Amino acid sequence: MHTKYSVSNQHPVAMKNIATFLLTVMLPLLIITIVLRDAGRDNLVLEDLREEYSIPHIPSVDHSKHAELQREFTNPHELTATCLSCHTERGEEVLANAHWNWEREAYIEGRGVTYLGKRNLINNFCTGILSNEATCNRCHIGYGWADASFDHSNPNNIDCLICHDNSGLYDKARGGAGYPVPGLDLGKIAQQVGLPRKDNCGYCHFYGGGGNNVKHGDLERALLTASWEVDVHMSMENTHLECVDCHKTTNHQMLGRYYGVSSENTQRATCESCHTSMPHVNNKLNEHTIKVACQTCHIPVYAKVNPTKMHWDWSTATDRRDGEPYEILDTLGNLLYTSIKGDFHWRQNAVPDYVWFNGTADHHLISDVIAPNDTVIYINTLFGDARDPDSRIHPVKIHTGRQPYDTEYRTIIQAKLWDAQPGAGALWVDLDWDEAVQRGMDYVGMPVSGEFDFIDSKMFLLVNHMVSPAEQALSCEDCHTRSGGRLESIEGIYIPAQTTYAAIDYFGLLMLLFSFIGIAIHASIRYVVHRKNSKTATH
Amino acid sequence: MKVYLYSRYERFWHWTQAFLIFFLALTGFEIHGSYSFFGFENAVFLHNNAAWVLIVLIIFTIFWHFTTGEWRQYLPTTKNLKAQIEYYITGIFRNAPHPTRKSTISKLNPMQRLVYLGLKILFIPVMVLSGLVYMFYRYPLHGRIESLGIDNLAPVAYIHTLGAYILLAFVLVHVYLITTGHTLTSNLNAMITGWEELESETETERQDDVKKS
Repeated sequence: MHTKYSVSNQHPVAMKNIATFLLTVMLPLLIITIVLRDAGRDNLVLEDLREEYSIPHIPSVDHSKHAELQREFTNPHELTATCLSCHTERGEEVLANAHWNWEREAYIEGRGVTYLGKRNLINNFCTGILSNEATCNRCHIGYGWADASFDHSNPNNIDCLICHDNSGLYDKARGGAGYPVPGLDLGKIAQQVGLPRKDNCGYCHFYGGGGNNVKHGDLERALLTASWEVDVHMSMENTHLECVDCHKTTNHQMLGRYYGVSSENTQRATCESCHTSMPHVNNKLNEHTIKVACQTCHIPVYAKVNPTKMHWDWSTATDRRDGEPYEILDTLGNLLYTSIKGDFHWRQNAVPDYVWFNGTADHHLISDVIAPNDTVIYINTLFGDARDPDSRIHPVKIHTGRQPYDTEYRTIIQAKLWDAQPGAGALWVDLDWDEAVQRGMDYVGMPVSGEFDFIDSKMFLLVNHMVSPAEQALSCEDCHTRSGGRLESIEGIYIPAQTTYAAIDYFGLLMLLFSFIGIAIHASIRYVVHRKNSKTATH
Repeated sequence: MKVYLYSRYERFWHWTQAFLIFFLALTGFEIHGSYSFFGFENAVFLHNNAAWVLIVLIIFTIFWHFTTGEWRQYLPTTKNLKAQIEYYITGIFRNAPHPTRKSTISKLNPMQRLVYLGLKILFIPVMVLSGLVYMFYRYPLHGRIESLGIDNLAPVAYIHTLGAYILLAFVLVHVYLITTGHTLTSNLNAMITGWEELESETETERQDDVKKS
């Protein structure tokens, strides 16, 4: 027993030192560490935003008191001229706007400077406006863009009301090239103008592709009555944000891009502009924002209320039953087939696909030649990869299509789809592909061989709206799982739990296995020897 | 013969560290995706906090090593190293005596000295540093320093994972080798009570012991 006492007596000074050290150095260090780790945890950004946006906008002008508007307008151009008589500089602003020109100057890697937009690009929904302007351009912020002769330099062609009508009475005519429905009391509507509201933007942006929620999947009329679960920003239960609250606008130049027609990483509306790049209390979550866009976690599904179109097969169009065009609907009333457009697939509560995206994009131009081995046309290409510091993982809707192309010239075909009259070669009226192809390409000014077929196409639409409440955002396990995670197809990045480097796991497991086998052998020999020895000992 | 080898703090350190390494492996391999037990989010939370506890323990223990002079126990030596290896490969089966005698000033055999020193100055620092980088590669100071310039976690994670496998293998072998003391449990008892039953002084005494049993 004396050993024990001698040991403890050997270090009385050391024991005292330890106690002193603990109290004077370690304890304060520990407290400082804990305090520092918890510093900056109060994230008041959300509270500040709620306060800022709860203040209602009070207009500085009541247009019903303007003498100029106290009369009847028979001609919408006349109304525009009246608006511009006070808002003298606004006309020029609008004429410089992408909403007006449907075209922007943009540098695209591999192409150089381009002038692209809805004016000249194709898509895999209704395919494009060229030769169809009279109906498509109902959604143009102007009056009379029925064909290439439209005058983009005349400010009196601007349709002020489509964006600024706050009465809810304004409406544009079908096939009217942007003109209003006849018989509207334009003077009365003009007396109730104001900042654009959701229903103004939604008049076009909810119905792209020919119907509610067809094109985007995250923009549809349900946002006019959205609940907190459907969209935390546009929720009519509490937040009440308007589109222009995020798509901030200066001199009619709006923030926000749609990469079906845009190409550059500028003038984007971003989550960070309000929420900052470190919006979470938990820094582990903030760390994600280097590589993961906010939308990826916070929009777990899109098309939450109504289905969106996922696939459009033009190749089956023009079929007839008993000589007549027909339609097939599913039990929910979604159009599955129509003779004028072909077959559709729809999806509701859709889980997005995920891609790297750095804010720049390329487009398949109508003049581009399809490479001999290409079986799929990429209507647009979102640039980005893991090594690019500007790239982040974004949720997208991938809309697949099957659309006509010239098998001889290997170019995509813009068919003529619409006309007011039968016999003008419009597909939707005459149901004749050959004629529609010929007339459409003649209008574009592209040669046709007369030989055409259908080719698969893909289009990438970023999912940015329908942000869910934080509790419904993706949880860690949605991505951090060995298989079946949301980001399973994402390459070039280490995702804990999902990514493994097989060599390390094999090496590690083999090492454990060999250790175990070694132990087993060693222990067995010891056991055998021990038994032999104890036998000889007892004999 | 019983000797008091392990002080109260040393035993506390050993068992706390043992528990933490086990717990870090349990939660760590869940983060690695090997299985699901706590759930990923909980596993990360538990793993990170257990790591902080281990770091505090390591700081205390470094202090303990230097104030008590126990660090000298880990000075590497090649003396008897060959004999020690031979003992594990052959001697142990012949009931040969341990080639290294334990005492309060030399508790570790030359193999232990090398392996434990390796753990202390190589593996544990690598695990702690790679773990800290894993935790803080973007926010070492709550965002004031934006980035350590690491744009891919992969190398950090691979080093940390490899280290974890090596530590696991160490634990496995370590747990087996503690059965090679004077009796199967003498080493284990020593680390619990502090007192270790050591071999008798001479080979003859030892053989007498065998005969008596």
